[in-house]
Amino acid sequence: MRGTARPSGLPAFLLLAPSLLVLAIFAVALGALFQFAFLEFIPGSLKTGGLTDKNFRAVLAPQYLRYIWDTVVLSAATTVLALVASYPIAYALARAESRRLRSLLLVLTLAPFFTGAIVRTYAWMLVLGSSFITWPVKLLFEPSGVLVGLVHFSMPTMILILAAAISHVDTTYERAAASLGASPRRIFWRVTLPLTMPGVASGSLVVFAWTFSAFPTPELLGGGKVKMIANVVKDLALDSFNWPGSAAFAAVALVLTLGLLALLGRAIGTRGV
Amino acid sequence: MAGRLVVAALLLFMTLPTVVVIVASFNATAILSFPPQGVSLRWYENALTYPQFRKAAVNSVIVTAASALLALPVGTAAALALVRHRPRAATALNAMLLSPLVIPGVAAGLGFLIVAAGLGLLQSRWILIVAHVVLVLPFVVRSVAVSVANLDPMLERAAASLGASPWRAFRRVTLPLLRPGLFAALLFAVIVSMNEFVVSLFISTRVNEILPVAMFTYVVNYTDPTMAALSTLFIAATFVVVFVADRLLDLSRIFQIGGRH
Repeated sequence: MRGTARPSGLPAFLLLAPSLLVLAIFAVALGALFQFAFLEFIPGSLKTGGLTDKNFRAVLAPQYLRYIWDTVVLSAATTVLALVASYPIAYALARAESRRLRSLLLVLTLAPFFTGAIVRTYAWMLVLGSSFITWPVKLLFEPSGVLVGLVHFSMPTMILILAAAISHVDTTYERAAASLGASPRRIFWRVTLPLTMPGVASGSLVVFAWTFSAFPTPELLGGGKVKMIANVVKDLALDSFNWPGSAAFAAVALVLTLGLLALLGRAIGTRGV
Repeated sequence: MAGRLVVAALLLFMTLPTVVVIVASFNATAILSFPPQGVSLRWYENALTYPQFRKAAVNSVIVTAASALLALPVGTAAALALVRHRPRAATALNAMLLSPLVIPGVAAGLGFLIVAAGLGLLQSRWILIVAHVVLVLPFVVRSVAVSVANLDPMLERAAASLGASPWRAFRRVTLPLLRPGLFAALLFAVIVSMNEFVVSLFISTRVNEILPVAMFTYVVNYTDPTMAALSTLFIAATFVVVFVADRLLDLSRIFQIGGRH
């Protein structure tokens, strides 16, 4: 008998080989992206010319930098609003007394998460553009409407992360605070919220990163007027057939996303996503 | 009390679009009105007979089934290796395996498009299947890894000491104990693949496109409630899946919400 159990009798590298192959394919695709970013675009053709840094100079011009800035602003606003809107639901979910109520809240939370981007975005087009709800301000095809869609899109993720964090809080601390005379409001701000900060941090991180590369929401709710980075990448690649230019912008987005994640992750002290 | 009202209002915000879509799908007129002017099933008939939706639905079923069935064993093997063998590079491997979650969809999509064009696979379902395996693998690895971590290796050793071969111990002891994790992994893989849109948009043509891409094209070009009908069918199917999954798996345990842990 061996000292350690080998669950499958297979060595680790054999078990890992298939997924490493899948990752290698992914690496080839991303490699192709970076390669194209440095190749010259020949208008009217999918063929590319020689090596050049023109694509990067083009996408780092002010008109494109504006899209990056808009994306940062929308992502930050989405993160803050999603956090504020998700916390109460997450709290109710984590502290639900009956399993039935928890199941109901969970299904309501998860259902939009599972319905997919297109259905949800289409639904918001109907809500924001419908004739029977009169909105005080125009929302459809405006940044505010895109923001509403992005917040809605992020909430299930945020709720799940926050609810897990709130569930892990030992209620003894809250009861202790109450027995010492703290008001419910004070208990929340001084005990519960600080104890759930890791959840708040990782939820914000995930939502910010996801929103940063959001595509269907701004594409459909922005109506071509509101564009985020991903929409510009798609326009360049699929409408102008400028694959090198698009690849350069996508590469910039990729580096920015990973850089932001690393930076924010370090700043809030969470490890990765 | 005020807290309950806030939660109710927020839940209303979350469910409002779903409700409006369902109402719109039964609307008799092409222009949305409220209260609805008559009830009709014509948009459902439209949605179910539109040839491009039918073709895309077939593509979706094939791509989702193939990618989920490929990703499940691949991801399970990786999860076993990561949790049990603790390879020296475990942290790096883990980060690499989860990386498709944080790479922007448009970057991955354009990368796959360039590769597909180079290989002449632009009209093929294969490029979609490969891309979907990459995208669902993180979910499979994570779900199975949780189950593997909760599994007591002593049980396998007990089987071995009773004379079971490693393969038999794996098949008769490990696999049955991993069933909840495998089931959750399959559920995630199917749902993620079924709904995948951004990467698929880049590598889809009218021949191999999957349902979310066909729906996107329809929304961009037409405004009638056919999409509302199709969306309602999608939402109904999803609710059934989530409800059944909650009954079978107790989702709050998977997401570590409530109760004692």
